[in-house]
Amino acid sequence: MTGRADAARGGSTRRQFLLGGAVAGVGAAAALGVDQIVQASAAARTPLAPLNGTVRVPFYGIHQAGIDTDAQAHATFVGLDLHSEVDRAGLRRLMRILSDDAARLTQGTPALADSEPELAENPARLTVTFGFGPGFVQRAQQSAPAWLAPLPAFSIDRLDPQLSDGDLLLQIAADDPLIVAHATRMLLKDARGFASVRWVQHGFRQAYGTVAPGTTMRNLFGQVDGTANPQPGTADFDAVVWNESGWMAGGTGAVIRRIRMDLDGWDRLDRGGREQSVGRYLHNGAPLTGAAEHDEPDFEATTAIGFPVIPEFSHMRRSRSDDTTQRIFRRAYNYDVPPAGEEVSESGLIFVSFQADVAAQFTPLQQRLADLDLLNEWTTPIGSAVFALPPGCQPGGFIGETLLD
Amino acid sequence: MTLASRTTSLAAAVAAAILLLAGCSTSSTSAEAAPAAEAITLTDAWAKSADEGMTAAFGMLANTSDQDVTITSATSPAATMIELHETVDDGTGQMVMREVEGGFVIPAGGMLDLAPGGNHLMFMGLTAPMAAGDEVTITLTFSDGSTTEFTAPVKDYSGANENYEGGDDHHGDDHGGDDHGDHDH
Repeated sequence: MTGRADAARGGSTRRQFLLGGAVAGVGAAAALGVDQIVQASAAARTPLAPLNGTVRVPFYGIHQAGIDTDAQAHATFVGLDLHSEVDRAGLRRLMRILSDDAARLTQGTPALADSEPELAENPARLTVTFGFGPGFVQRAQQSAPAWLAPLPAFSIDRLDPQLSDGDLLLQIAADDPLIVAHATRMLLKDARGFASVRWVQHGFRQAYGTVAPGTTMRNLFGQVDGTANPQPGTADFDAVVWNESGWMAGGTGAVIRRIRMDLDGWDRLDRGGREQSVGRYLHNGAPLTGAAEHDEPDFEATTAIGFPVIPEFSHMRRSRSDDTTQRIFRRAYNYDVPPAGEEVSESGLIFVSFQADVAAQFTPLQQRLADLDLLNEWTTPIGSAVFALPPGCQPGGFIGETLLD
Repeated sequence: MTLASRTTSLAAAVAAAILLLAGCSTSSTSAEAAPAAEAITLTDAWAKSADEGMTAAFGMLANTSDQDVTITSATSPAATMIELHETVDDGTGQMVMREVEGGFVIPAGGMLDLAPGGNHLMFMGLTAPMAAGDEVTITLTFSDGSTTEFTAPVKDYSGANENYEGGDDHHGDDHGGDDHGDHDH
C-alpha cells in the first residue's frame, strides 16, 4: 500500500497522466478505476513538456490579467487599508513598486529584493490584479465612478466589517498554492510601508489537470456554478465587463462577497430539492428543462400539474433579468477553513464578479436575489467589497497610471 | 553553504538579467563615453530604503567587453559619499563588510553580483530620506575615467544588516530592535 500511495503522489507524473487523460477526453479519465490510475502513473515516469508551472500569462496589456484569464486553481484576495500619511505621490510610488513586482513574478522572475528567488520560478499562470477602493481614489484626489462605494445593505447580509471594504485589492492567482503564497508575501512586504492588511481570503477551485480548462467550476454545494457567464474573447463579454469611461477605460468593477454556505443545512435537503433551489441539474448543470449545461432554460415549461418546471423561487430564475444589461461575469473561488465549536465545516464561496458598472449590472441582480431566492436558506453574505480595477499597462508603465499620472 | 547560496543567487540573477532586458534599470552612457563605460550594464538594480544615515544599493553588473573593467568609485545625489564594499570573513568566521581595495573588477565577458551579504554600493550620509518607490541615480566611474549613470528603485528590505569591520556599528536598519550580532551569511 505504501508503494502504491507513493506512486499516486508522484507529483508531475500523476499530473501528467491526468493531463493526458484530459486531452484524450475527460470521460476516459473518469472511467478509469483508482488502480488503473496508479499503475498508469507508475509506468509514465517521464514528464511531458511543457510543465504547467512554466506557463506564463502576460502581465502587460490593455486590460489587467486575472479578469478574462481562465480561472487558476488557487487565489488569494487581500484587502488593504492605506496608512493615513500616504498621499497621491505615495500612491504612485506604491503602485510602481507593486506593478514591477507583479510584472516580474508573473513571468517567473524574482522580484527585486526577492529573498526567496527560487519560489518565483514556475509561475504556473500566476496573475496579480489590482483594484482600488473608494478611499484609494479619494486619496488620489480624483473622482470615482458613481458605483465605487459599498453596496446597498441587503436584508440577507450579515456583514463582518473585518471581511469587507478596503482601499486596495490584491487578487493573486495561480495553479500552484506555493507560487500564490510567495507572490502574496512579496507584494505585501512591498506594500506594508504604505498600507496594512485588512482582510485575507484564500480560495480554491479544482486542481490543475483535474478537469479540462474552461470547465464551469463546482462550488461546495456540488453545484455547477457560473454557467451563464459570457465567454471571454466575445463582444458580449467585452460589453459586460470592460468600462469605457475616463481613467477606468479598459478596466472593470469588481464585487467580492464572502458567502457562507450552511453545509449542515444543505445536507438535510434531498437531491430533488437541491436541484429545484437552483433550477439546474446537479450532475451537469443543465437547466431542469434541458439536457446539457448550456441549454437555454425554458421558464414557461410547466409540470403535468401546472407548476413551472424551473421554480419561480429558484436561483437561476431570480438572477435572470429581462434587461440583458443586468449581467455580470463571475469568477468565484471556494473557501473551506477550520470550523469553530462543534461544527465540522466552515465553508463557502468567495463570490467574485466583474462588470463595467456595478450599480447598473450587479446591484439590481443582487436585489432580486435578496428579495427572493430559495438558496438564501443556506447561504449568508458575511463580507462585501467593491473595487475599481483600472486598465492594464505597457512596459515602463504601472497599474493605476491613468489615475495617478 | 556560502558558496552554494552565492552560486544559486548568481544563477537566478543571471537568468533575471537575460529575461529582463526591458526591466526597470536602464543604462545611459554619458556623452564623452569611453570604452569601459560602454562595456558595462547594470540590471535589476535596487537600493534599500532608509530614513537617514547609511544604506546600500545592489544589482547585477555585466561586462560585455573582452577586457576586465574596474569600477573605481560611485556617486549619487542621494548620498554624500558612496563606498564600494565587499563582505569577507574577518578571520574569526565573522562576516564583515569593508571597502574593497582597488575597486570592483568585472571580468571580461563576466558578471559581478552586488547583493545583500556580498558586494554592494554603500551609501553614506544620506542627503534625504530614501523612501520605497523613489528612484535614486547612481554614477559609476571606471579606471579609464569614463562614467555611466544608472537609476535604481528604492525598496523596503529587512536584510542587508551586515557588520562593519573593526566596529559594531551597522547600517540601513531604520526599524530598530534587531540584534545584528548573529547574522549568518
